[in-house]
Amino acid sequence: MLPAPFEYDRPETLDEALDLLAEHGEDAKVLAGGQSLIPLMKLRFAAPARLIDVNRITGLDGIEERDGVLHIGALVRHNHLAASDVIKERYPTIATAAPMISDPIVRNLGTIGGSLAHADPSGDLGSVMIAMGATIVARSKDGEREIAAADLAEGPFQSTLTPTELITEVRVPAPPPRSGGTYLKMERKVGDFATVAAAIYLTLENGSVAGAGIGLTSVGLTNLRAEAAESSLAGASPGEDAWAEAARLAAEASEPATDVRGSADYKRHVVDVYVRRGLAAAAEMAGAA
Amino acid sequence: METTFTINGTERSVDVEPRRLLVHVIREDLGLTGTHIGCDTTSCGACTVLVDGTPVKSCTVLGVQAEGRDLTTVEGLAGADGPHALQAAFKEHHGLQCGFCTPAMMLVGKALLERNPDPSDEDVRWEISGNICRCTGYMNIVKAIRAAAEAAREPATA
Repeated sequence: MLPAPFEYDRPETLDEALDLLAEHGEDAKVLAGGQSLIPLMKLRFAAPARLIDVNRITGLDGIEERDGVLHIGALVRHNHLAASDVIKERYPTIATAAPMISDPIVRNLGTIGGSLAHADPSGDLGSVMIAMGATIVARSKDGEREIAAADLAEGPFQSTLTPTELITEVRVPAPPPRSGGTYLKMERKVGDFATVAAAIYLTLENGSVAGAGIGLTSVGLTNLRAEAAESSLAGASPGEDAWAEAARLAAEASEPATDVRGSADYKRHVVDVYVRRGLAAAAEMAGAA
Repeated sequence: METTFTINGTERSVDVEPRRLLVHVIREDLGLTGTHIGCDTTSCGACTVLVDGTPVKSCTVLGVQAEGRDLTTVEGLAGADGPHALQAAFKEHHGLQCGFCTPAMMLVGKALLERNPDPSDEDVRWEISGNICRCTGYMNIVKAIRAAAEAAREPATA
């Protein structure tokens, strides 16, 4: 299958890419890993007049923790994310999710920035970044702004990025000492999108839950932030009762559709189970008694 | 768009329309038909080639993106002294039946063994999880890749 014809640009620098976006943004798409965009173009679900290939831009592929923030460059590939020592040691939610994205060959090319900009409600990293309370850095010729991960998507495959903006970085607040997290994903086979997945992040302080982040995959029009569930956990005493109540609220907040992967009721039930299990696992990791 | 890259050790220049996929350039422009088109939707992995040593699905990469890269296809596996250790092991252990997935399986195996010369069954299964085989049930593919690893670790003693 061939995509519809398009003009192709391969900027070498970020400034060059931002200039091209300023001029052609309305008709252009940014090509990062291409593992979602190229299939969509081949199926003619997308037919941009222009592709701006950002893969040759240097300096956007670092993973570095400094001043209490983990900076992940937009061009970091999923397999690089999965192999990162700092992520394996300190960011279990990201570390669990990264190797579950699609399959190993797709992970060699797929990027974090591309995945988030794509705003697929079945995308894994959107939920992870919601749970982690991350912000997305978007640059245009006019400047830079930070978007809360939960505000990046406004609908399926619709992000709040303007046509002239490019994601350059993801910023994740560094976890305090007593914290834990995980990503639980149900998939029919390797490489399939999630039937349901839940990203969990939990911090403890003085024996209570200090904060919780819960992002849900494939159960709504965007990756969902389970806000009521998060709030119910603030200050709660860690334990089965708190997990069950949060899981109930998360299931209630989810809006799954019945499709080939399962019925809406079934998926809502899996949300309940995964949030409960995820919170228990995260609390154990954080050292809850 | 003039696109220059190295493929199986030889530098090639091809005029590539941007919308053509890398697999088209490899099969149609260069006539290297060992790289297969299976699902054409980034699922089956039959079109896998190595770009700078890393497996990618060539149906999901533009041909123009190969500019300046070093490509390896199945045609680049065998050397002057005969089949590559992976090819010998796939033959010996019956790691194929119809052969459609085989070039990709061997290339993924090659990339794995360069990173991990002594993979477990689990390591191999994980690595080939982006490649579908409808014939073998995978058992002999895993066996073949591990046998090639062993042969590479103990050259000439087998």
